[in-house]
This record gives sequence, structure tokens and C-alpha cells, in this order.
Amino acid sequence: MIEARELTRTIDGNLILDALTFTMEHGGMYGIIGPNGAGKSTLLRLMSGVDAPTSGELTLEGKAASAYGRKELARWVAVLQQGGLDPANFTVQEVLSLGRYPFQNWLGEEKRDTGPLIDRALEQMGLLHLAERKIDRLSGGERQRVALAKVMVQEPRLLLLDEPTTFLDIGYQVGLLDTVKRWQQEERLTVVAVLHDLNLAAHYCDKLLVLHEGRLVAFGAPAEIIETELIDRVYGTRAVVVPHPVTGVPQLLLQPSAESGAVETRG
Amino acid sequence: MLLLAASIVISLSIGSAALPISEVWGILIDQLPWLGDGSAKWDESSVAIVTQVRLSRILLAVLVGACLSLAGAGFQGVLRNPLADPFTLGVASGCSVGAAFLILFGYQTIVGIWTIPVVAFGTGMITLIVVFALARARGAMNVETLILSGVIVQAFLGAFVSFMVSMSSSVVNEIMFWLMGSISGRGWEHVKVVLPFLIVGFPVLIRFAQPLNLFVFGERHAAHLGVQVERTKLIVLLTSTLLTAVAVSMTGVVGFVGLVVPHLVRLLVGSDYRLIVPLSAIGGSIYLVWADTLARTALSPKEIPLGVVTALIGAPFFAYLLYRRKTKQGGAI
Repeated sequence: MIEARELTRTIDGNLILDALTFTMEHGGMYGIIGPNGAGKSTLLRLMSGVDAPTSGELTLEGKAASAYGRKELARWVAVLQQGGLDPANFTVQEVLSLGRYPFQNWLGEEKRDTGPLIDRALEQMGLLHLAERKIDRLSGGERQRVALAKVMVQEPRLLLLDEPTTFLDIGYQVGLLDTVKRWQQEERLTVVAVLHDLNLAAHYCDKLLVLHEGRLVAFGAPAEIIETELIDRVYGTRAVVVPHPVTGVPQLLLQPSAESGAVETRG
Repeated sequence: MLLLAASIVISLSIGSAALPISEVWGILIDQLPWLGDGSAKWDESSVAIVTQVRLSRILLAVLVGACLSLAGAGFQGVLRNPLADPFTLGVASGCSVGAAFLILFGYQTIVGIWTIPVVAFGTGMITLIVVFALARARGAMNVETLILSGVIVQAFLGAFVSFMVSMSSSVVNEIMFWLMGSISGRGWEHVKVVLPFLIVGFPVLIRFAQPLNLFVFGERHAAHLGVQVERTKLIVLLTSTLLTAVAVSMTGVVGFVGLVVPHLVRLLVGSDYRLIVPLSAIGGSIYLVWADTLARTALSPKEIPLGVVTALIGAPFFAYLLYRRKTKQGGAI
């Protein structure tokens, strides 16, 4: 589905991504993790075809991402941006119908009746009662749900998420990723998500790609990635890795450094 | 549309020589070749007033109003800036520099009436680029900074036009009227110049109405949904500037029309540009027909410049928008 070969991107002379090579298979859920400034969002922008690589190649289904027409690509690749939707004077329903833009003619019409599609997305995201509400009257969490419903309506085969859980309460974070995961499995979507929270990433992703200073440090299953040495090397902090008591997935427990005085080691 | 037709007819009948509406209707219908029987039912001077003096003038108001409102809607959409309009961005003043240069120094008679809009378009585009360069800091453009840059450029260019006026040998009174924005003394040949520009510009903006809807959420967002962002911006900005240029060439700087009308339309029908664009065109026509009727009748027989009327309405409106933005900071367009 996605293939990167020697993928390199420089911005104003600064090397942001340095010769990445990896392959992402159809139908998987992939997480991109790494510290701030590692190049995660830049990589996602290359995948969405908005930016072109400086050198190397990034292909989506065999064709360079930046070589697709914008509308052509939007028919099967959807992006959920960081921070969700800006407030605007549109109702939830109107926002979702704008999500059909790649399939519409210049009048905003489409041959197919999209009513049922929009209703289903509203229902799945628990937005039915808000359908007629203007989105500048919604809370941040509700707006993020609208944003996800909008990409659902786009019916993508590849979904790119850029830190979808930032600014959300923990309840919404889990809820959002649950929804994405369920949708991904039902429709056999490929999902690539930039995630900040390593514990959530370990739970939801089949494979994690670790970026550090623009280089690919590791790419593998969460069990191989979430381990003390690697985390220390990339994030510069020593953490304890324990299996989740219910799911058994490796989880990180952060640990203050010994000299801070915050730790009294027991036994 | 009906409202526009009614406005035209009523406005036709208002003037220093009062004519009843029924007579205006009659004269208009008589002008239609397949209905008029050629018999002189009406007083010849009435016919002349209606067809020669008033009709051309009112039609020009219709066209110019549509141009300016469309340009305002276009600028607001693509810049995501509710305070943008040909006047506040300084584009109108930029166009007036080019137009004034030609008019004042008499080049228009040599190269024909069509060159004025073309040259005005050129100076308008240059102005827009200068305003953007002033407003842009690290790639981002703040709403207020952009308007501030527009106002600065406009003040400078206004002084420059005044300088040209003082240097020229033309009848200053006439030029001053043009500077303040007026459609007095314009005839059918002006209508014929504006019409083709509108016929081209209007469908272009309609075509880009749906992409403009997506711009509301941000340019990146629009790009992800399949909008060719740079191309859309370029075409809408060019079209809006062109419409401004042709309007300014004919009537001088008539300010705030592109600000007031799209906002009133938004209050009525919401934020969908597929409705805002066509309704702004019609609304702008109605607005300017009435503003011009007011301009020529309020202190009759003395005439107020049209630009003065629209500024007297528009500036307080602008202040109101600014105030509302302040009270709900970060509010949507």
C-alpha cells in the first residue's frame, strides 16, 4: 500500500527526514511515534501528497503520492488533522456533505444519494442529535467527532491521522481510537496515525514506526518497540515497561530521575 | 431577482422629473422590439429621460454593484477574512491609480475605453501583492494586519491620485467627482464595457464557490479534500481584482459595497458560498441602485457622489463588524 525508498525531505536547508525506507501493508494499523521535531507530521504530509519529497520516493499503491491529482487522491485517502475542525458557521450535517467534495461536480452535486451514508456516520459518531447544530456551538471533543465523521463520509481506503487525540480528555481519546479501530477492521482500512501517547499506540497499532531526528530508528510490533533501552535512546528518559494487567500489551510507566528527590525506592 | 427588477423600475421613476411608475413600465415595454408598436404614446422627453439618462445609469449601478459585491465575496472567501473587500484591501485605490492616470492625461481617447480596465487591473494586482507582502509575517496572515496594510497602501495611493489630479490640466471638478465615486454622466458605452467582464467573472466565482466553502476550515484542510489550493486562490484573487478594476474604471472608488452586501447575504442564507456568490451579485445590484437613487435625489438638484453615500453606510458597518469580532474573539466568519 505505502512504500518509501530513501525518502528524504529538507525544509529551508534543514534535513527533516533522512533516507527512510519502509513498507506498510494493506489493511494494517500503523503508528508513527517519536519525540517532538522527529519529523512525524512531515512524513504524514508526504503521505497525503500535499508535499513532495526532496529526494527518494514515496508511492501509494505503486504511484508516487505527489503525482496524483488532488481530487483523485482525496477519493481514497483521507486526513484527520491535528486539532480537528476550526469553528465555522456550518451545521454538522453541512460539514459532512462537504466531506463528499472529491466526488462532487462543481455545483456540489453527486449522482449517488449520500443521505444514508451521512446518517450512518452521524449515528456511528453519536452525533445524530447534533446534526442541525452549528459547529461553532460545539465543544472541542464534539468537533473532533464531527471531523472524524467527515472523513468517514469520504469513504477512504487509507486514513491518515495526525495526533488525533491531542487536546482531548482521556475518555474521548479512548473513544476516538476505539471507533477508528472498529472502522478499520470492518472496512479493511489502512490507517497510519501519528500518536503522542505510547501506551495508546501500543494498544491500537499493529506496528510502530519510530522516528528520531529524522531517521527511522525502529519499525516493528509494539512488543519489540516498547522496551526500556529504545525508549531511553529516543526519548532520553528511563521508563519501566510492564505488561498491561488486562490486555498484556507492554505499557510504559514514567519514572522521575533518582536525584530529583521525588522517588523513594521501595524494597 | 424580482426585488432587483422592482428596484430598477421604481428607481427609474424617481428623479428630478417625476414620472409615474405606470408610465415607466409602459416606456420600458415599448422599447422591447416585439412588443412596442412604434406609436408615440409617451411624451418624447419622458422616453428620453427613461431610456437615455436614467436607464443606462441604473443599469451601470446594477453591473457595478454586482462586480464589487462579487469581488468582496471572493476576497473574503479566499482570504478567510470577514473584513476584506476591494476597498479595505486597497485594491480599489490601486485600480484607481491606473485608471486616473489614463483619464487625467487623456490617453483613453487614443487607445479606447477598454484600456482603462486593463491598466487598472494591472495596478490593482500590483497593489494586492504589495499589501500581501506587508501583511505577511512568517507565512501567516492575521486578519487585522492585512486590513491595516490595506489601509496604509490605500492612504498612500489616495495621496498619489490627488497629486496626479493637482498636476493635470483637466477640469478638476469632474475628476473630483470620479475620485469620490460616482456614476453620474455615464452612458450606454460604459455599460457595454462592464458587462463582458461580469459575464466572465460571475461564472468563474460560481465555479469556485464549493472550494471556497472548504477554505473555511483552512487551506490544508481544503487540500486534503482535493482542492487545488494555490490554483483556486490565484484564480479567485485574479477574478476579484478584475471585477474591481472594471468597476473602478467606470465609477471611481465606491467603497464598502463588497463588505456590506456579502455580510447581509450571510445573515440571510448562512455560509454556503454557492448561495453567497449569486445572491451577493443580485444584492450588490439592488444596494447600488438604491444608493445611487439616494445620491441623485436626496439633495436634488445637487448630487451627492455615490462613494460618499456608500461610505456613510459602509464605514459604520465596518466598525460594527470590527466590534463584533472583538467581543467574540476567534469567532467564525
